[in-house]
Amino acid sequence: MSEQGILGDELGELQRRLTILKIGLLLVVGLVTLRLWHLQIREGPYYRDLSQTNLTRSIVLEPARGLIYDRNGVLLANNVPSFSLYVTLEDVKDREDLTRKLMKLVRLDEVRLRKKLSERSTKLVQRKVKDRLTLREAALIESHRLDLPGVMIQAESQRNFPTGLTASHVVGYVGEVSADQLEQAEYVDLHQGSIVGQYGVENTYDRFLRGRAGQKLIEADALGHEKRTVSVEKPRAGDDLYLTIDLRLQKLAEDLLGDEAGAIVALDPKTGEVLALASRPAFDPNVLSRELTAKQWEEVVQHEGRPLTNRATQGQYPPGSTFKIAMAAAALETKTVEPSTQIRCAGGYQFGRRFYRDWKAGGHGLMDVTQALVQSCDVFFYTAGQRMGIDTIASYAKLFGLGSPTGIELPSERLGIVPSTDWKQKVRGEQWLPGETISASIGQGFVTVTPIQMASLTATVANNGVPVRPRLVRAVMDRATGRVMELPSMPLNRLNIKPETLAIIRNALADVVTEGTAKSAHSSLVAIAGKTGTAQAASLRLGTEKNIPKKFRDHAWFISYAPVEAPRIAVTILVEHMGHGGSAAAPLAKQMIEAFVKLTPYEPRVVQSGSEAGPILTTLRMQDPP
Amino acid sequence: MIDRVLDNRQFDSFEWRFVAVVCAILAIGVLSIYSVTYAQPGDGLPLYVKQVIWVLIGCAAFTIMLLFDYHQIARVSYTLYVIVLALLVVVLITGKTSRGAQRWIPVGPFAFQPSEFAKLVLILVLASYYARAPREGWMQRVVLPCLIMMPGLFLILKQPDLGSGLSFLAIYAAMLLVVGVRSKALGIILLFSLMLFPFAWEGMWGSLHDYQQQRIMAFVDPTYDPGGKGYHALQSRIAIGSGELLGKGLYGGTQSQLKFLPEGHTDFVFAVFAEEWGFLGVLVLLALFVGLIILSLEIAYTAKDMLGALLAAGIIAMICFCVVVNIGMTAGMFPIVGIPLPLMSYGGSATVTAMAALGLLLNIKRRRLTLFY
Repeated sequence: MSEQGILGDELGELQRRLTILKIGLLLVVGLVTLRLWHLQIREGPYYRDLSQTNLTRSIVLEPARGLIYDRNGVLLANNVPSFSLYVTLEDVKDREDLTRKLMKLVRLDEVRLRKKLSERSTKLVQRKVKDRLTLREAALIESHRLDLPGVMIQAESQRNFPTGLTASHVVGYVGEVSADQLEQAEYVDLHQGSIVGQYGVENTYDRFLRGRAGQKLIEADALGHEKRTVSVEKPRAGDDLYLTIDLRLQKLAEDLLGDEAGAIVALDPKTGEVLALASRPAFDPNVLSRELTAKQWEEVVQHEGRPLTNRATQGQYPPGSTFKIAMAAAALETKTVEPSTQIRCAGGYQFGRRFYRDWKAGGHGLMDVTQALVQSCDVFFYTAGQRMGIDTIASYAKLFGLGSPTGIELPSERLGIVPSTDWKQKVRGEQWLPGETISASIGQGFVTVTPIQMASLTATVANNGVPVRPRLVRAVMDRATGRVMELPSMPLNRLNIKPETLAIIRNALADVVTEGTAKSAHSSLVAIAGKTGTAQAASLRLGTEKNIPKKFRDHAWFISYAPVEAPRIAVTILVEHMGHGGSAAAPLAKQMIEAFVKLTPYEPRVVQSGSEAGPILTTLRMQDPP
Repeated sequence: MIDRVLDNRQFDSFEWRFVAVVCAILAIGVLSIYSVTYAQPGDGLPLYVKQVIWVLIGCAAFTIMLLFDYHQIARVSYTLYVIVLALLVVVLITGKTSRGAQRWIPVGPFAFQPSEFAKLVLILVLASYYARAPREGWMQRVVLPCLIMMPGLFLILKQPDLGSGLSFLAIYAAMLLVVGVRSKALGIILLFSLMLFPFAWEGMWGSLHDYQQQRIMAFVDPTYDPGGKGYHALQSRIAIGSGELLGKGLYGGTQSQLKFLPEGHTDFVFAVFAEEWGFLGVLVLLALFVGLIILSLEIAYTAKDMLGALLAAGIIAMICFCVVVNIGMTAGMFPIVGIPLPLMSYGGSATVTAMAALGLLLNIKRRRLTLFY
């Protein structure tokens, strides 16, 4: 015993405490035993009944998705009641038999049905076999329900887009949550079969729109039909969204594009609120929100007009001459040219062995920077670009937000390309060639942008160099509190460009419409400023305009804002393969701006957060059944 | 005398009882797993066969832990801890994700779960820390060991694995309790919070709204019951309750056989057993566990030095905590956290760890008469 020495005391104390531990543990085990006695002996018969009559199962109560309105409270997305057909596999004795019976009663895709019914079940859940049953089909199933063990009809709400193709790229569509999405943290409290937004603000604001599923515990009979409700946890509907879109302008924009592929973006340059964002061709969200067969889906995806591409945020085009705005700013800021510097345009620019033509054969003569913008002189900018070098050009293009996301709340925004020596080395592994700077100077070559980026650039110029983030959602109605939360606009820091430089550009852009390349945009209603652009779609020059096949023809650009003095709207037009910006795009912008001015006569610009909440709430009460 | 103890590989009657109790619990576990899963079609080996393999590997671990002197094992405890921490980091980086939680490292067809081994290694580290020198003062007794535990706890909660994290805390608290804290007040608080923890939790938990509970659970443990709050808990209560006094007999458990009860072979294996064997079966099983605890406490009590006593206390705390919390959660006393039932739930890492821990216990008992130079 002596070897335990000094530690002996401590060991003794420890042993004493072990006794306390022992008593504590036995007490806890005693409590557990008591609980089990309570469950098995006292409440045993109750639980035996529950397990015999069997059998409780849980039914997920899908929440109603939040509604989506335009800025004036016009409904863009709501829910309509519909019937869905569910099967609980564990209750099905003979799957073959069930397949045959169901095929007789309801229009079903047999292959799909068999696949759904042959899935291995790990948990008692209902599988949705078909949605949007007709009333007749639902009634037929209900009347045969004794023959159909495990089959259930459930009334659900189905997403509906009353405006159809209009604003489809903005609003988006919904669909069943995918297996990949379920692995993501954002979707963790969802289950297979949950409906989530898959496109547009339906997708980016899904967290708000989704709501929270409820659950009903029911007792079912041997056939799996509901006998008694054990408990109900009500679902909570999702929050409503108020978009910045004005449906009237949106419709006009889409009508103006008509059957042509292209995009129109109209936004408020002060707040970044997007008034219209049109992309053509469009898709029908009502169709895409249904369960599509593989063939139907393929048709949409492989459609040659690529209707699923949002051309406003995902279409990447050379900016053409609209890029000259950034070029002019770069040239003036770096003092490559002074406001009075004149450059002679003789119809082209000789560099090395190549002759870079001006669009105007014969040239424009002596040009200063203002005139060069007004007449869209290429040679002036070839020269300026050559003097600055591509990396300077790139840094100013980036300053205006090109090459980076505008942050608009739509999924998968594309970035376009702002080329530089580094970019070419990294992406292509090649050295930058001096001749490529010349193409880039007039927005051709490697440079690409999206219409939303150009809209943002235009707004920045109109807003005296203060950029804003374009945004689509104005307010969210929180279902839990019933309160409307206005989302604030996010003004960013003023660009590091001298006000004098911007003043020169703004004056030039006003002259473009009065005496320059965009006279077709001249309006007697309101003073418009703008810049035309014509982007080469194919690098080949195949003779004259008329006999080129359409898919090789140039894209027409027009960026604009109005009124010139105090801009309230900025409009960007891109029409694919329609040739000159001045003739194909500028007239559309004029119509958009005139419509806007007529729809919203000048109102003093006061921040009016209080007055906004009133009408929104009234609209809501009308739309939302109690 | 030394020779007799060292050379005599025969078990004495105490050791026989100990081994018999462990074997009985293991057998009940395999039987229950067999009962739930025998009818399930599956690829490869049936689960109960796999569990038997785990038990055999566990026996090897048991034997290895018995062969070396526990002082030698304690000597490498810090190294083991570093290795386990490294494995936990590996889990976070490359581990297998299952429904949002990352807990497994895949090895061939199997996947092992370092957080299980981490529990035993924590016991080794804390016991050798306290046994090396008399740790005096608040700093050395309470704060330093807490700092030792932190990195492991953090990595486990990061996975997230709430169950193992709670086990970590329980082990630390139990060690502190048996070492004793000079401040009487702290000691009493610790003792009471350890004992009342489940009930306090229930009170706090019960006062939360359903959706708050759901949010919290989805946050700490996304593998449980996604989108179907309350379903598991209710099915588990029905399974246990409907067993009544005598149970429904082997394979007779409708709850588990008809798959109303999820995870019947892992965390809810107790509910399966209770449904099929009734309250009488439950009493037998609880008696076995209590027997195991009393035998283990006997080992702790008669250990010849601090290290042995502390190791034994830590192992007892780990096993007791898991047993109580697991049974408690299946019986609807606590919220459902992912803690397996030791020696019964299906799972390689947990089974091997538990058996290694028991081997260590017996090791302490065997060396109690050894002279140590």
